[in-house]
Order: sequence, then structure tokens, then C-alpha cells
Amino acid sequence: MTNGLYLPVIVLLLAAVAFALTPLLLAWLWARFYSPHKPGPSKNAVYECGLESEGDAWIQFKPGYYLYGIIFLIFDVEAVFLLPFAVAFTGFSLGESISMLIFLLLLVEGLVWAYQKKVLVWT
Amino acid sequence: MDEKLKTELSKQGIFATSLQELYNWGRRSSLWPLNFGLACCAIEMIATTMARYDLARFGAEVFRPSPRQADLMIVAGTVTKKMAPQVVRLYNQMPEPKYVISMGACAISGGPFKQGYNVLKGIDRYIPVDVYIPGCPPRPEALIDAFIMLQKKIDEQHLTGESRPRHLTAGQPSEFVVPRFGAHDLEPTQNPEVWQAPLVQISKAGTDDSRND
Repeated sequence: MTNGLYLPVIVLLLAAVAFALTPLLLAWLWARFYSPHKPGPSKNAVYECGLESEGDAWIQFKPGYYLYGIIFLIFDVEAVFLLPFAVAFTGFSLGESISMLIFLLLLVEGLVWAYQKKVLVWT
Repeated sequence: MDEKLKTELSKQGIFATSLQELYNWGRRSSLWPLNFGLACCAIEMIATTMARYDLARFGAEVFRPSPRQADLMIVAGTVTKKMAPQVVRLYNQMPEPKYVISMGACAISGGPFKQGYNVLKGIDRYIPVDVYIPGCPPRPEALIDAFIMLQKKIDEQHLTGESRPRHLTAGQPSEFVVPRFGAHDLEPTQNPEVWQAPLVQISKAGTDDSRND
């Protein structure tokens, strides 16, 4: 009974896949029978705005900024939690205080790790 | 298919077509020009696309900012020798089939700057041009006229046989030589496969019909 309920979904899914694949297949067939493949150095160039391309698109960046950015993001979000924590500090039970302090400990541990890995040093 | 038979069928509400006609219809109805203007003619080109002249009526409103998605290059304006390599490279980067409209006196021949040291005397020295529009600048109506002319040209292209267009022939190049901005002039000064200096002999004027193609 439940299988019958899903039948329209399956039919629609197949129709959607066919809708996407048929033009691609037609284009592929067309290219195969009529339109010859004509690659060239300009056409395959990395940059496409008329100027001569230099080098490869796969260049490597230093991850320094990335790590710095991630640590900033973590402590930025942490500040959002710390502010209500500080305001409601006196009203906490023991269990709540401990869990919050564990949260803080994990963050401080992360900061110590980053410091030891010299992520905070910009070279 | 016989034209008369087709007309007769269409009178009865039966639409008949061939693969070639369908292909040409598709291409001519969705020519995507390259978003590319060089000088004052580009302003007229922009005006053509706007509401008053509305190039979208002919299926060409989608100006693509990347040559990889465009199939029509409107060379709108003065091509300086500094810019010529970039124009040719952009043409090379366009996928087949690709067409060129040479818009305005400058793109055809250098126009009022023909005597200038820094102006290319016609973009047809490096790339094959399909339609030329004279004018300085040509009015938007002229560009639309060129556009319709190009559509007619596409309509008449054959899918197979000897007279088929360049892009359907495997041996024909898709890329043309990109000139280098040399110390004195562009190198080479023209692409001999595309353009050769017309023979000028005053004594033979009117009698020589070898270059009337």
C-alpha cells in the first residue's frame, strides 16, 4: 500500500532526470555527428577576457589567513555565549556552572593549541 | 522537401521542417552577442539593446560577459593596434559557430583615424567578418538591419555538403593567429588566410573583376 503512494514521486523523479538528461544527450549526439571538436590554446586558456593567460588556475594560497579567520570566528561566536553567561552568573546551579566552565575550558584549550602551533603569529 | 509542398501542407495546418531548418532556426533566434564595446559605436549598440530599439525582439538581448557563452561578436568601434590582439583572442575564445558584425567605419577600415599610426585599418585583417555596417556611428536601426541580415545568412547555411559553413568542417581552423604588439606595428600586419590587400591598379580600374567577390 505504501509503495503505491510513492509511485507518483518515482514517476516525477524519472521525468525530472529525463528532462535534464535528454538535452544533454541530444547535444552530445549533435556534436558527435555534425559539429567537429575544435579545441585550441586560446579557447582552452584559463582566463577568458582577451588578455593572455599566465600560469595555471590551480595556485596555492598560504593557509595563514584561513586559520586566523577560523579562530576569530570561533571566539566571535563564543563571545555571544559569554555575555549572557556573565550576566546570569549568580543565578546558575552547580551543574550548569560546571558545564559552562567545561565549554570555556575547551575554548581555552583550543587557543593554547593555536598559540603553540604559532597560528597567531603572522609571518 | 519541396517548398510548394511545404506551403500546401502549412495551409492544411501541417508544419513540416527539416533538421537543417530547425538547427538554423534555433541558432538565428538565439544569437548571444559578446558584451564587448570598443568606442563610440558601443553606445549605439547599447541603445539598440535598450527599450526604444529593443534588440530582444530578435532574440539577442542576452549579452554575455564571457566569450565562452557568446556566439556573435559586434566589433563596435575603433580597434587600436594595442587592442587588436585582445579582440582576436576574444574571438578565438568564442565557441563555434561564431559570427562577427563589423560595426562602423572604424571597425571596417579605420574610419576617420585610418591615417593614424595607432589604429588598425579594419578588423577583417585578422578575423572573418560576416556583416559590415557603415556609419559613424551607425544608427541602431542599421545594427538591427545587420542583425536581420546575419539571421538571413544563418538561415541559408547548409548542414552538410561542400557549401556548409566553416564551423562544420573539421579541417577549418577555429582560432586565428593573434597578432603581437611589436615595436613598430602589429606582427603580422594581417592574416593572409583571412585578408589580402586589394589589388589597386588605376589603369585596370573597371576592367579587373577578379576581386569582385
